[in-house]
Amino acid sequence: MTAPAAAERPAGRRHFDTGSLLLTALTVITACIWFFPIYWALVTSFRPEDETVKTMSPLPLQPTLDAYIYMIENSNLLVWYLNSTIVSVSVTVLVVLLSACCGYAISQLRFPGRTALWWMILASFMIPVPALIVNHFIIIADVGLVNTHLGIILPMLIAPVTAIVYKQFFDTVPREFREAAVMDGANEFQLLFRIFLPMNWGITTALAIITFIGAWNSFLWPFLAAQSERMMTMTVGIRSVQDAWGVYYAKLLAGAVLAGFPVAAAYLLFQRRVTQAITLSAGIKG
Amino acid sequence: MLKSRKTEILTALVLVGPFVALYAWMFLYPTIQMVHLSFMDAPLIGEGTWAGLKNYLKLFSDRIFRTAVINTAYFVLLTVIPGTVVALVIALMVSRLNGWLQSVILAMFFVPYVLPVTVVYFIWDWLVNVQFGVLQPLIEQFTGRPINIWRTIPWFMPAVAIITIWWTNGFSILLFLAGIRNIPKEVYEAAALDGASRSQVFWRITWPLLWPVTVLCLTIQLILQLKIFDQVYLFSRGGRTQVTMVLVQYIYEQAFQRNNGGYAATIAVALFVIVVGFSLLQLQAARFRRSM
Repeated sequence: MTAPAAAERPAGRRHFDTGSLLLTALTVITACIWFFPIYWALVTSFRPEDETVKTMSPLPLQPTLDAYIYMIENSNLLVWYLNSTIVSVSVTVLVVLLSACCGYAISQLRFPGRTALWWMILASFMIPVPALIVNHFIIIADVGLVNTHLGIILPMLIAPVTAIVYKQFFDTVPREFREAAVMDGANEFQLLFRIFLPMNWGITTALAIITFIGAWNSFLWPFLAAQSERMMTMTVGIRSVQDAWGVYYAKLLAGAVLAGFPVAAAYLLFQRRVTQAITLSAGIKG
Repeated sequence: MLKSRKTEILTALVLVGPFVALYAWMFLYPTIQMVHLSFMDAPLIGEGTWAGLKNYLKLFSDRIFRTAVINTAYFVLLTVIPGTVVALVIALMVSRLNGWLQSVILAMFFVPYVLPVTVVYFIWDWLVNVQFGVLQPLIEQFTGRPINIWRTIPWFMPAVAIITIWWTNGFSILLFLAGIRNIPKEVYEAAALDGASRSQVFWRITWPLLWPVTVLCLTIQLILQLKIFDQVYLFSRGGRTQVTMVLVQYIYEQAFQRNNGGYAATIAVALFVIVVGFSLLQLQAARFRRSM
């Protein structure tokens, strides 16, 4: 039995190698095609405006930063950057903090309504937030927060997944840690902020990055809540440039590159954390 | 003992308090208000009058609502299964690679996922620009002439679907990669010893073991794509939006452009019921599978 198998192996392996090489080549080509739209946007943003309609050369013939400079000087881009940063950072900090506290209480403490709260969080997971836009707007208008940062932030704080992930992680912390710390006289807040959270910094970083990316990218609610141009976030703001200037693609794409840069950079810097956050939030062990 | 029990409850209330308050204000309250508003004749802002079932009856005879339901279903059909298949293929391709090559290739596939929708819109609007788009020569191969994709109704939804798959597939790719990594190496080694061919390994081992992840991807995508708004709104701006209307967009239009708060809430309730219905169905299916 073993002899013929051993005799066949060299031929089998060589066959396997060519196939393997071909598959790798195919993978690389597919990846390049997949990435091409982003590449093309980058190339276009470095062309002079008149070059965009004259040539399809793979690299800019006369590379220039004109489109970027024009964009920064002639639009509210920097204001939108600031708005996006304020909104995204606030949403990230608040979502992580509220979810960590809530997840900790549900996981470690016994209190009336605990089970009901847990079920409510699980159930809210399936409710479509875009269905609530009308009433979110009415509520925000009632308290006079339309066209304010707070008004944009508040409805974006509903993030059941983060609380669920925290609860499940705190559940896995061995009981002894808690008991030892309680013996030493630590209270619940010290337990949470000195032991449980530091133990899971990786999770917190992962959840924070994915929350930040989500907040930076959200379109529908900021689009409804920010009514003046000076209140718009980056994602909403750069769209309005198109109405104002028409189709000047080098400039529009320079704006797009600037709008996408922070989230792309966040992903590239923290690739492993983003992967972890996504698999965690879908409930798979990474 | 009794005192510590009391402090435990108090601490818990302090910890969950802000979360619960926010949930009540931004989630439970608007949900209840939405149902209430759906029975009213009301503008977006201001007093309304009780209308009973009028809005709901209107829903059934509203042709644009029907278009919105059909378009949303069409979009789901075009994205959910094709997107999941594409993600699976890409994940299988990426999982074969090692080291830095894998990181680079994975990043190339994943990076669209982190981009804001407006950026995706600008990128693709330029790629298929009817006069200067770099993809138009490719389109001409099939049609013999350049096509203004966003103003040609039969092209609209498929094009938005392809762009959506391009944009959001990174998520499913990561889930599949995690699923592939969780398959024990020994299973493949045993198959190799038995002389299984590449296709046998895929259909007899990889595919069945990845089935749970596949179902997960499909359901996540289904729920997500039912809520489609951003891309359709952006690409259809200035066009015949009534023909390409989707559900969330119709809520937006009724509430914010026509000032029909009541009727918009009724459409929102319909979307709500559809999404929750699918979620419950999926939960039931999961429970059924587990009990088998």
